[in-house]
Amino acid sequence: MIQATEVQLIDLRKSFGEVEAVKGVTLTIERGDFFTFLGPSGCGKTTILRMIAGFTRPDTGKILFDGEEVNEIPPWKRNVGMVFQNYALWPHLSVFENVAFGLKERNFPKSVIREKTLKALAMVDLEGMERRRPSELSGGQQQRVALARTLVIEPRLLLLDEPLSNLDAKLRIQMRHELVRIQKNLKITTLYVTHDQEEALILSTRIAVMSKGKVLQIGTPKEIYENPKSREVADFVGTSNFFLGKVVRIREDWIEMKTEEGFPLITRKEEGMNPILGANFLLNIRPESIRLAYPNQGSLEENRIEGVVRTSAYLGSSVQYEVEIEGGKKVKVNVVNPRKRALFEEGERVLLTFSAEDIVPIPLK
Amino acid sequence: MWNKRFKEIDLSQSLIFLILFALLFIFILYPLIRILHVAFTEESHFSFAHFINFFERSLFKESFLNSLMAGLMAVFFGSLISLPLAFFTIKYDFRGRTLIQTLGVLPLVLPPYVGAVALQLILGRSGMLNLLLLKWFGTSIPFMEGLKGVILVQTLHYFPFIFLNASASLANVDPSLEEAAENMGAHGWSLFRKVTLPLMMPGYVAGALLVFIKVIDDLATPLILNYTKMLAPQAYLRVTTIGIEDKAGYVICVIMVILSFLSLWAAMKFLSLSEYAMVQRGGTGIPISKRIGGIKLMLVGAFSIFVLGISLLPHLGIFLLSFAKAWSFSILPRAYTLNHYIEIFYRSPHFVKNTLLYCLLSAGIGVLLGSFIAFLLIRGRIFGKGLLDAVAMMPLAIPGVVLATGYLRVFHGTPLPLIHQPLTSLWIILVIAYTARRLPYTLRACYAAIQQIHISLEEAALNLGANRRRTFFKITFPMMAGGLIAGGLLAFITSSVELSSTIMLVPRMEYGPLSYGIYIYMQSAVGRGPGAALGVVAILLVAIGTYLVNKVFAGGSGTAFKL
Repeated sequence: MIQATEVQLIDLRKSFGEVEAVKGVTLTIERGDFFTFLGPSGCGKTTILRMIAGFTRPDTGKILFDGEEVNEIPPWKRNVGMVFQNYALWPHLSVFENVAFGLKERNFPKSVIREKTLKALAMVDLEGMERRRPSELSGGQQQRVALARTLVIEPRLLLLDEPLSNLDAKLRIQMRHELVRIQKNLKITTLYVTHDQEEALILSTRIAVMSKGKVLQIGTPKEIYENPKSREVADFVGTSNFFLGKVVRIREDWIEMKTEEGFPLITRKEEGMNPILGANFLLNIRPESIRLAYPNQGSLEENRIEGVVRTSAYLGSSVQYEVEIEGGKKVKVNVVNPRKRALFEEGERVLLTFSAEDIVPIPLK
Repeated sequence: MWNKRFKEIDLSQSLIFLILFALLFIFILYPLIRILHVAFTEESHFSFAHFINFFERSLFKESFLNSLMAGLMAVFFGSLISLPLAFFTIKYDFRGRTLIQTLGVLPLVLPPYVGAVALQLILGRSGMLNLLLLKWFGTSIPFMEGLKGVILVQTLHYFPFIFLNASASLANVDPSLEEAAENMGAHGWSLFRKVTLPLMMPGYVAGALLVFIKVIDDLATPLILNYTKMLAPQAYLRVTTIGIEDKAGYVICVIMVILSFLSLWAAMKFLSLSEYAMVQRGGTGIPISKRIGGIKLMLVGAFSIFVLGISLLPHLGIFLLSFAKAWSFSILPRAYTLNHYIEIFYRSPHFVKNTLLYCLLSAGIGVLLGSFIAFLLIRGRIFGKGLLDAVAMMPLAIPGVVLATGYLRVFHGTPLPLIHQPLTSLWIILVIAYTARRLPYTLRACYAAIQQIHISLEEAALNLGANRRRTFFKITFPMMAGGLIAGGLLAFITSSVELSSTIMLVPRMEYGPLSYGIYIYMQSAVGRGPGAALGVVAILLVAIGTYLVNKVFAGGSGTAFKL
């Protein structure tokens, strides 16, 4: 049985020549977490993974497994399993030999190696494939061999470096479910690296959003999406509309802001929020939180802005509009499930409505 | 510990680097430096005096112009043969296309000096063709006299380099580029001239320059044809008859090196252009071949049969000669015998044995050196990679005569400790020369073998619990083995027919390898039979080796002969 491990990174730093890839990362990954490093390419997420695996040495900082420092332990003694982006299956070995490799290195008796290898292959639905060469497998099958090869050694951690990026869209969705199922069954602490925000939201128990070598925010998928703490996070995870607002009135459970374009916007006053008059906020509204109505229609929602539809794109499950409001700003609106509703034409005047809860205020200094 | 290990690796790598560099310095760079030094000093002062002397002497001036002329003519006639062949076999689809592609490489299997002997039998003054001409028309044509003969032999032997490189670059031209031109209204000759030709140019030029380098390097063909007014034979004659103190020999060496370096530099330049031109995305990547028939097919067929027929004549000649009891002043041999084979396998078997010994040794050493150097270049954490690479690739542009002259200059007068003999009186000097001359090829094969192993394949093994040593033996080594074998084979086959450095370095007759044997036998009329038999052995060695290389490389015919 796999013993789930807790991982701590303490002020981890790494430079490659002039380039600072990782600029002081401190975080804790709890036992059994499915923890994702999410960020654009070059943000340092793969470097962190490679430091945990032992391929790259941190310049400064510590890596702890269950409280023990592992900085000085070479990769072959760390017992962490890594699945590479290109799978790194050895072309000169069969599927069986690929999966059995780690067990042979651990000097298990032959019969045990055989039993464990076959079991691992069965776990990823590859029974009967053990004599094939990697080149005779499809991309998805290769991916699963790589996973079996890693899991068969019962590693204390599972490291996945963009493992789904080489698969086509349908297979990617299927493998996501597979990964979640296997991870939940084994309860293994899993570190996942991706630039795909959808993947991160679906798979993870917790996400660290990274940019330029730094962690911007750590939280559950729901926290990250609904409560981004900075414009970068809101921008990178999903799409957003931003308004610059200044506090003009404070009440018991709501605040009135005035945007730089001059619209009044009402937001909820969250607990622990102590705004002062005149303070500046970045107001973040997700496109799917906004509803569209005809200008003369009534609405129960606190916030209403008029505008003109500039573009509309019909996607089947939703319609994406761009609405130009007074002052020239363009607001993105997603209307979900447009089946029974009339579509708004380009050039048509519309009313944007959204409730106070749908605005996420981010304080600005 | 991990930290310490890192530092250790750096240290041991640097140590290996120093050892390798010392070897390359002693056996490649230093001999060259000594030659330059001698050529450019007059009474221990730097001076161009010897070069001015050189160009004032009519024999040398003529030799220089003849070598240039031979190089240019071989390129010119080689292009006349190769470009149409390449175009037909890539752009047209017809039965026999693969046959032409295979036959077009066959001349490389025959060492040029062997071909020279055979061609004399067929096209020489009293050869097959002239005897027929005399019989029928009462006249003869002097195909093989003087420089003409040298150019003819070299053209027929070296044109495959142009054919292979031109075919490869023609096949690499993205068809969408041609389709785009057709889409804009270009077709036929104008399409070829404006789009196809410029795109295949870099590969073609690289092949042509390679031929030029080989012709400059070729010592044996003029010697066998007894035409010495060229650079390589002049250098050879100066050093072997006047002695290693004679300055003129060194001056000729320097001129040959300069010519080769310039050509190589130009070839590399063009090749880097070719990469630029070929990096295209999209398109099918498969060249479109048009099916042809009728008159067009007949013309293409006639041309191919004519050209390849001539280029395969030497093979036929040498084969007949090796079984001929007596063959002079007759169209075909009058009687046949196996005696020549008995001579070379039973009476003087040392030529074949020596070749196997020297070439296997040198291929082994070459692969060992090549893989160490390649590993340092690709995965090493050391300084001086560029220097190591440059020195190791240098022999590409050092003619055999020049390297041999350098060795004689450096090692001849200095007895080694313990054995009290200079290195040049041991047979090992031949192994060293072969290894040095083929190093660029073995290095490139090893480099390719290591480079194709993505680093993550090794990291995956480390990750699963194998340490660095076990990772090397279980993953890295098995994966590169195929490439190393191919590199070794390549070194083996090319060394087994190497003659230009061999003639100068063979310390004693009984140390001579096969190529030397052919040369010695061919000096006398009685020796021609056994010489031809050795030639057939050489052809078979090279043919089998080439076949195996292509099997291992699996990259299509001729991967081994491209620049």
